[in-house]
Amino acid sequence: MARYLLQRIITMFLVAFFVVTATFFMMRALPGGPFSSERNVPEAILKNLERKYNLDKPLYQQYIDYVKGVIVWDLGPSFKYKGLTVNDVINRGFPISARLGGIALTISVVVGIPLGILGALNHNTAGDRTISGLAILTAAAPSFVIAGILQYFLAFKTGWFPAATWGGGQLRYLVLPVLALCSYNLAWIVKLTRSSMLEVVNQDYIRTARAKGLRELVVVYRHMIKNAMVPVVASLAPMTAGILTGSFIVESIFNIPGIGREFVQSITNRDYTVIGGLTVFFCLLLAGFTLICDIALALIDPRVRLEKEG
Amino acid sequence: MNIGTNPPSLDPRVTTGLPEAHVEIALFEGLMRLDQYGNAIPGAAERYEANEDNTVFTFYLRDGLKWSNGDPLTAEDFVWSWKSTLDPLLASEYAYQLYYIKGAEQMNTFTSDPKWENASDEEIAAEFERLAQDFGAVALDEKTLQVTLEAPAPYFLSLTAFHTYYPVHRASVEANPEAWFRSADTLVGNGPFKLVSWTDKDKVIVEKNPNYWAANEVKLDKIEFYLIEEETTATQMFETGELDIIESGVNTAELDRLKSEYPEELKILPDLGIYYYLFNVEREPLNDKRVRQALTLAIDRNAIVTEITKGGQVPAFALVPEGIPEEGSGDPNDDFRKRGGDLFAEDVAKAQQLLAEAGYPNGQGFPTLKILYNTSEGHQRIAEAIQEMWKNNLGINVELTNQEWGVYLDSRSTGDYDIARAGWIGDYIDPMTFIDMFVTGGGNNDTNWGNPEYDNLVNTAKKSADQAVRMKAMHDAEAILMDEMPIMPIYFYTRVIMVSDKVEGWSMPLTSPLNLRDASIKK
Repeated sequence: MARYLLQRIITMFLVAFFVVTATFFMMRALPGGPFSSERNVPEAILKNLERKYNLDKPLYQQYIDYVKGVIVWDLGPSFKYKGLTVNDVINRGFPISARLGGIALTISVVVGIPLGILGALNHNTAGDRTISGLAILTAAAPSFVIAGILQYFLAFKTGWFPAATWGGGQLRYLVLPVLALCSYNLAWIVKLTRSSMLEVVNQDYIRTARAKGLRELVVVYRHMIKNAMVPVVASLAPMTAGILTGSFIVESIFNIPGIGREFVQSITNRDYTVIGGLTVFFCLLLAGFTLICDIALALIDPRVRLEKEG
Repeated sequence: MNIGTNPPSLDPRVTTGLPEAHVEIALFEGLMRLDQYGNAIPGAAERYEANEDNTVFTFYLRDGLKWSNGDPLTAEDFVWSWKSTLDPLLASEYAYQLYYIKGAEQMNTFTSDPKWENASDEEIAAEFERLAQDFGAVALDEKTLQVTLEAPAPYFLSLTAFHTYYPVHRASVEANPEAWFRSADTLVGNGPFKLVSWTDKDKVIVEKNPNYWAANEVKLDKIEFYLIEEETTATQMFETGELDIIESGVNTAELDRLKSEYPEELKILPDLGIYYYLFNVEREPLNDKRVRQALTLAIDRNAIVTEITKGGQVPAFALVPEGIPEEGSGDPNDDFRKRGGDLFAEDVAKAQQLLAEAGYPNGQGFPTLKILYNTSEGHQRIAEAIQEMWKNNLGINVELTNQEWGVYLDSRSTGDYDIARAGWIGDYIDPMTFIDMFVTGGGNNDTNWGNPEYDNLVNTAKKSADQAVRMKAMHDAEAILMDEMPIMPIYFYTRVIMVSDKVEGWSMPLTSPLNLRDASIKK
């Protein structure tokens, strides 16, 4: 177990290193730079800027300096936002995105899994059709449509909730963005749970369990749900990493100072250090959650082994 | 109030954008400030004197001026602030706004000489100090500031109201040079308001500054500047009453509805800016002046501003927008644009004739050119309309290409385009802010066009202190440009804002940020 973990962690950092390298060179290859604008900066001032941000050094030197910085988790200063480091950007934006995402994810899981199970157990009834119909509809609607609808009805028409902004994280400001963020993930979990349950229902071991005369509740709980959860848990890793790192669309529409918006904007701004830093951060987060999920899977599914036998 | 995008900084020495200027005008005050019509009136300075040829200005500060933390504000503070803006190690993008002052350009740009390439920061700092001995701004005593300019600049007075000329608090800046402007404890200003908090991408809050010299004239206790980029969101928040003012972010897609539902609140103000297309004059057939003229004459600008942009924009038949006084004519209401008039007129028949003379009768044989614009629905709709107009009126086909912002800027500055959209907002209220863009090889001249006669006229205007001579040279230069047509003017910008009818006393003169110094909320 320990050796396996160690291996996985080493691979994780190797992957991160490749990501750092690839991002570094790819963003430098993009046309345009951090200081280009429609109003061109005079040549001499551009030189001063490049000097200040060490862009006047040879590219390999910049790369070495950057990698050194990343190793000690000093991701460098933002070029666009003066006086902010990339670490500041992550420290500010991530807790906000993670808080929104965490609530949205909890709701998706707590509501989504039971709905999926209910749907599967009452396969092809009106209730099941309603649930999966709604799920398909929400999963298919782009989040900006859902966000717009929520804003229009729950803020503009009724005035129940503020239309946008973070509001220091007060509950009433959180409701709409959380709902918008939930919609897709919730629908996805419902669909996944339902289809995975339906697959399990017809397995031989369920028939065996029934034949043994176990009570229906035990069959459903111990044999069906536990097995049906395997693909759901497996898909939770990328979903968690994705939802915690924020959604560009939801954060833009509700003007939430999270990290998802930052990532997309940094590319437009050619803010090299922010692009690089956030990419590494996302990459580590995704790898970390995948690892946690793999461990969780091993615990619930005896078919998965962490180590090779023998 | 919504000001749009997150300020990259609130250090007035380095910022370049309007969103941050809205906050800075609340936090700082220059020697002069602008009244609601855009005239320079005394700010931190009580009065000033200028010598005969407008090259030496002496400013006398008010008695008892204080920083927001209570420290006394002296003439030396202004000198130090300006000097530090020019420091190559600060690398301010707007340092050139100070180049009017004697010695300033040299202090800021000596580093581009290759011999400084590998110099250490200490060596650069030492050379900077040496050059600064001859800096044109000098504190004669605690309250007197004398500024010597490189050349006569009649608009220097208004410049001292601009944010690059605001003073900053030396002790706070030196204690935390990288981030002093991010916290209320270290952002010490001299304006009508002081910083309470700044949450990135969320909002900036300021409150009344009791140490401001005219604190009794300031009626608002607090301003919250929202940093909302999404237009639909900002507009919706105005409609739900969560915002009192939208300076940036009126939903232009809904202008028709907003105009009818909020006739009082929706304001369309003139702006000192132009939306135009660049022709790459090195590419066939755009190297032929007649082709450029034909293309320029064959579009319907009125249709573009009434059917597409709808924000009260004015069709442009020249380069310089309205709103710049024709100085030296003796009449204060005389306007550079009105005096110059339209420099061409739309004329499809003439356009067809010009195209035929250039060898493309009815558009036959005309190659398929591309219009380049940065990805945006607004630019696309204008480009589509122009594509259609050229096809109907001249029988030629053009293709549309859109590129992401950074890529588009790169294509433009490397000349990798046929026809490209462009926009320009004047820096200061003088025709020169537009005219000097198109000098041969100019940093903002992406058309590859150059004309020695034009360059000479620009030079004449820059050297002369005589306004009549300057204005004439600039009128002549503009006429050359509009005959040669390396650019195709489309329309002059406007600023579309929404202000709740509760808010009184706000002002936003041409090119300036929104000033709430004298504003109040009607109960």
